[in-house]
Amino acid sequence: MSQPLSGLLHHERPIFAYSSPGRTGASLPACDVPAVDAQTLWPAALLRDQAPALPEVSEPQVVRHYTRLSQWNMSIDTAMYPLGSCTMKYNPRLADWAASLPAFAELHPYQPEDQLQGALQVLHELEGMLAALGGFARVTLQPAAGAHGELCGLMMIRAYHADRRQQRRKVLIPDTAHGTNPATCTLNGFTAVELPTSGEHGVLEPDTVSAALDDEVAALMITNPSTLGLFETHIVEIAERVHRAGGLVYMDGANFNAVMGKLRPGDIGVDAMHFNLHKTFATPHGGGGPGAGPVGVTAALEPFLPIPTVERAGDRLRLDYDRPRSIGRLRSFWGNFLVLLRAYVYLREHGAAGLSRVSELAVLNANYLRVQLRELLHVPHPQHCMHEVVASDRDLRPLGLSTIDLAKRLIDYGFHPPTVYFPLVVPGALMVEPTESETPETLDAFVAAVRAIVDEARTSPDLLRSAPHLAGIGRLDEARAARKPRLRYQPDADDPR
Amino acid sequence: MRDLPHTEAQIAAMLAAIGAPSVEALFEVIPEAARFRGTLDLPAPLSEPELRRTLQQLGRRNTVAGADDGPLPFIGAGLPRHAIPAAVDGLAARGEFATAYTPYQAEVSQGTLAAIFEFQTIVCELFATDYANASMYDGASATAEALLMARRLTGRPRALLAAGLHPEYLQTCRSYLSGLGDEVALEALPSNAQGGTDLDALQAQLGADVACLVVQTPSFFGVLEDLAPLAAAAHAHGALLVAVCTEPLALGLLQAPGRAGADIVVGEGLGLAGPPSCGGPGVGLFGASGAKALRQLPGRLVGETVDVHGRTGYVLTLSTREQHIRRAKATSNICTNHALIALRFTIHLALLGRQGLRRLAALNLAKTVYAQRAITALPGFSPRFAAPFFNEFAVRVPGGDAAALVSHASRQHGIVPGVALGRFDDRERDTLLIGISELHRREDLDRLVAALHEATR
Repeated sequence: MSQPLSGLLHHERPIFAYSSPGRTGASLPACDVPAVDAQTLWPAALLRDQAPALPEVSEPQVVRHYTRLSQWNMSIDTAMYPLGSCTMKYNPRLADWAASLPAFAELHPYQPEDQLQGALQVLHELEGMLAALGGFARVTLQPAAGAHGELCGLMMIRAYHADRRQQRRKVLIPDTAHGTNPATCTLNGFTAVELPTSGEHGVLEPDTVSAALDDEVAALMITNPSTLGLFETHIVEIAERVHRAGGLVYMDGANFNAVMGKLRPGDIGVDAMHFNLHKTFATPHGGGGPGAGPVGVTAALEPFLPIPTVERAGDRLRLDYDRPRSIGRLRSFWGNFLVLLRAYVYLREHGAAGLSRVSELAVLNANYLRVQLRELLHVPHPQHCMHEVVASDRDLRPLGLSTIDLAKRLIDYGFHPPTVYFPLVVPGALMVEPTESETPETLDAFVAAVRAIVDEARTSPDLLRSAPHLAGIGRLDEARAARKPRLRYQPDADDPR
Repeated sequence: MRDLPHTEAQIAAMLAAIGAPSVEALFEVIPEAARFRGTLDLPAPLSEPELRRTLQQLGRRNTVAGADDGPLPFIGAGLPRHAIPAAVDGLAARGEFATAYTPYQAEVSQGTLAAIFEFQTIVCELFATDYANASMYDGASATAEALLMARRLTGRPRALLAAGLHPEYLQTCRSYLSGLGDEVALEALPSNAQGGTDLDALQAQLGADVACLVVQTPSFFGVLEDLAPLAAAAHAHGALLVAVCTEPLALGLLQAPGRAGADIVVGEGLGLAGPPSCGGPGVGLFGASGAKALRQLPGRLVGETVDVHGRTGYVLTLSTREQHIRRAKATSNICTNHALIALRFTIHLALLGRQGLRRLAALNLAKTVYAQRAITALPGFSPRFAAPFFNEFAVRVPGGDAAALVSHASRQHGIVPGVALGRFDDRERDTLLIGISELHRREDLDRLVAALHEATR
């Protein structure tokens, strides 16, 4: 068994618990203009009557506290992090360096455009590269995340139909889809219609789609490869049938890491697709974000792109806000610029052949795991996979164990657990996405850990049930958190402990 | 490729284990009709030294004002610029924070979870709300989500938007509501002569179909709104007050929106979290009060609990509101949020602390008052609004063309004196919005005043 995750495990209290009245970690310039008093300038009703109870700590206290907190995390930088559907690949340091350059980070988007030509060029070139990869006419870089991209895509699809005097309210979504897909439909006033994929092959069948198609269907939303790690082999025929019925095809590009250079969605009937830059193009996931979710579209959807777009005007680039059929905007400013810049760096470093190689090795790694995991666990689709492989806890359940026990025990072996209980179509799912940046040696160690845990499941199941043992904190009581929500620090209750 | 670790021998061994003749064979599951057989039209790959040079060349095509010790741009407009301590950059850049993802597995994500718990606490304190979530994308999308939440809480379709709402926030709200039916309406309210929300116009619009009133303070024009009477008017008709704050620093001095009666408070935190970043990523702040609000919040929440040994720890909680559990019935579709920028916000607010926040706010106010008095004393310049302001103010410029003035001052003086508001509203072509912060020294302010004077003489 491996060592604890961190040599010294601190028990770190919330930063507020280190406060002492009158202390501050601020370094403020002296006031070099006449001081004014808000109390005399402003009416009394505007004045704050109760100061916010912020921490009162020194800079060294802050640095130690957050350094300690960081050591409580597992991350790509410290361990294999095979969260299925999340594409936890290595995040290149060069991209972070670029994002730290004052020539980009210090720009204000409302500076005059002639002061922002370098930034606009990054956006213009990035749009071109993503369009080339996806086979699209245009790409909007505005959405802040994949789900935001979905929203953008559905808004454009609605505008497209409205432009044709059609009100179509239904969106077809396979049951393997991410929860964001149906949630996005609701958010934008569409009705999500779930399509079963529960056939032997785990993919969406054309006849299933046809049975649901009518003149109310605005679009099909499809993730390809699917969340089962399977390629939707009927995609071309399905897209044709949707189009014949007057609908459009939206592709959730969360799993695009599997197919770069192998297919271009825009060529095979996909009308719009979001890219997840924090997945496929290696921008850091940030403990939950920020990401970016640019959306590529075919020429038919171009008039509806959000404003502004970046356009060439002679030897200059300019922002175009004058697009009468645009859906408007989904956020402030132009997008998550520093995330976009990082993805630009990744794309420029890899080039066409490098990106194809990325997908090849991502798929190779996943298949290598597949053939070994299927010897240890139930794998519902054992014959092939793309970038991720889905196993289940079917063979653990007779032992009174489930996916969560295996997942938590993996922590003791030094691995971040895979995605658990998703996709929903596989009971007790365990979704493993190694990505291309893991070495075969690490994959072997992961398989060895799973093998050891499967053995333990038979010999000493309590080791799994009570895992993790080496994380510095034991399994947490999620039911209690939901039953009695404590969502903020409260001095009397939280300190001292 | 340096991120791709496989040797040819390893690839061969892996293929043998899989039983595949080649890597290409792994892609045979893709039907030929779907395969791309061309060459991707992408630029040739670059090594790190080459790419560094390319990026530096691109950077040189931007103008980073202040780089030559000149004044920083006098631009806020929803994205104020403040000094960010080096400790914020150093801590947030740690790979353990930056290269983790959503803390689904709590036992190996306590660092992220504890930091979000602190973030939620700080937002609750700043806004004086009962709850705050783990962050949204930005202030604009947070505002749109607040509006949707108000509709859910009240079951009513309409929203009234105060004139001081950031124009891009207004556009975002319009897009978010675009699909939700014909009865949905966004009514923009006029401002009064002072620059605040016109209470008579508000009263005339309020009715049983109004879900909420949305008011930004400090407004897009820097104007401070007294929220209490607006809250009272909204509440009298069963509507909610949504307060928007794109400059949370103001809350060091300004009454907390929650104390003034706001039910939902949202904002943008990037000004206190990092450099302007050419507009993003920022961080959307989202707080709300009231027993019914908790189950209607969008986005993630972190809660405190205990482990099997009774030790305090943190988990994602109340997930039954969220898309990955509730799917089509979720309160929002948001999944990935802006956790890393929320962490930066948290660290900076911890460094500032209770006293630092107030002192920094006072410093910003003093500088702004100094600049505003000097500029409005120049011939032909006049305040656009009479109401109190915080660190931003709008002035009418002589000659009526603020865009030309910005262009002239930036070319002739190397000073970007503000944002010409004609870009948002043609009727405001004579208005310049000037943003000031502690990063502007007195000499910078004097140079601004001199440049404006020279340019309009």
